[in-house]
Amino acid sequence: MKTLLLTTVLTFAAGAALAGGHACYEGKTLTEGKLTVATGNPAYYPWVMDDNPASGMGFEAAVAYAVAEEMGIAADDVTWVRTSFDEAIQPGAKNFDVNMQQYSITAEREEMVDFSSPYYSAAMAVLAVGDATSTPAELSALKELKWGAVGSTTAVPKLIETIAPTSQPLLYGDNADVTAAMQAGQIDAALFDLPTALFLSAVMIEGSKIIGQFPAASSETPDQFGMLMEEGSALKECVDAALASLTESGKLAEIEAQWLQDTTGVPLIAE
Amino acid sequence: MSRTRRQIYEDKLRRRSLLIAGASSLAVFAAVIILVPLAPGWEKVAKSFFNWSVFQRTFPGLIEAFLQNIMIFAWSAPMIAILGLIIALMRDVRSPVLFPLRIFGAAYTDIFRGLPVILTVYLIGFGIPGLGLPRPWNSPYIWGTVALVLTYSAYVAEIFRGGIDSVHTSQRAAAQSLGLSERDTMRYVILPQAIRRVIPAQMNMLIALQKDVALLSFIGPVEIFRQAGVFKSLMANFTPYVGAAMIFLAVTIPATRYADYLMSRQAKERS
Repeated sequence: MKTLLLTTVLTFAAGAALAGGHACYEGKTLTEGKLTVATGNPAYYPWVMDDNPASGMGFEAAVAYAVAEEMGIAADDVTWVRTSFDEAIQPGAKNFDVNMQQYSITAEREEMVDFSSPYYSAAMAVLAVGDATSTPAELSALKELKWGAVGSTTAVPKLIETIAPTSQPLLYGDNADVTAAMQAGQIDAALFDLPTALFLSAVMIEGSKIIGQFPAASSETPDQFGMLMEEGSALKECVDAALASLTESGKLAEIEAQWLQDTTGVPLIAE
Repeated sequence: MSRTRRQIYEDKLRRRSLLIAGASSLAVFAAVIILVPLAPGWEKVAKSFFNWSVFQRTFPGLIEAFLQNIMIFAWSAPMIAILGLIIALMRDVRSPVLFPLRIFGAAYTDIFRGLPVILTVYLIGFGIPGLGLPRPWNSPYIWGTVALVLTYSAYVAEIFRGGIDSVHTSQRAAAQSLGLSERDTMRYVILPQAIRRVIPAQMNMLIALQKDVALLSFIGPVEIFRQAGVFKSLMANFTPYVGAAMIFLAVTIPATRYADYLMSRQAKERS
């Protein structure tokens, strides 16, 4: 870790002048000297503010710039692209160095693509609407609700394995469709990562409430977000080193506090 | 019966062309099988599209989800046939008093043939339940089915109308000269001929409907397409889509062959 910090300090001190031969990322990025970061289309609050990642506002945007800085890449040399989930996992050349869209790290995904070490541990939260908002935060009560979730997220196995609802859940393509289904009264509750649930509850769905959360740490399969990279990416070690030193220095926690601070105060679900 | 020299010559020609067709098909297949794996990205493509272990794990789940497709198809098809016929008959009314029916029929087919199915599914599937219908009347199964029926009956109506128009006007005249009422003419003279003529074309609509049932996945039901998408996301692997494609083909290829057979039989009868 010390050498790492030293490298970082050196890179910082020397700035662009030193970028001649020592930085870890050299020769490993898509465009020499630049870091290409992919986000969703659109990118959602609080991960990226106003769908404008280049502003550095929002949790993932801020982490991307912090990692780039840690690697010795100037903010101006960070470029953004947009991809869908399918584009991120398709075989063949990628158009990004790292892809940040709240991708949960799983062993099965790890076989097909590379993930950085986690930059956020997400708790799963239950967002309820209508009469269901008064449901107690207990598994036995939650089972009886009509459930929905985004089909492409790890909320689906969590829902089916942990909550195991009595009626078959309905699955949707994205957050907006789940929102529409809640407003149409077709589902009582949906499972999201906590920050997304907070946003939807506060801004998108009138009369909705977060009735409980599954803590990230205690669950058997913790939901941790990692930056997605091409399988066998040479850049992984640089990104991991940068994340490790950001964790060490407390910078990552700082960013988390800045953008995701109000994610507490939601009751835990009793098993 | 002894064969003429001409027949013998023609048989020889036929055998020769069969042989050439066989050899050329074989050569093309061999080229594909040998050349495609030589492509530099083949290994990655094989791992993410033709992954045997992923296939084994997901295929049973896909078959189970396909039952939903069959269910939705089974209750939609008769409704589409009936509504399609009614619309076709509306467009054929000759009494001036009933002219508004003709306008309605024309507008109906114009609108629902002009809209992409997915848009209709979205607008009706989320829109109408959003008006505040209580459960279970806001079910996506109900309104998704309504969307499919509206769209497909517009196409089916046009095919029926084509069939009705194809019956020569002299038949109408003959029936009326025998004293049949307008209604009986349609029922006993025109429709039996018209429907028989359009059956092969309607078979094609059934095949298309069978595939478009998958569009209901956008509003919640977990049919085969959504289930494959869930597996795809969890494993970052496209093999479940290949599995789903195989299941679709197992149904649609026999159906297509049957429709072709009906058509060629009809062509022979006419000639």
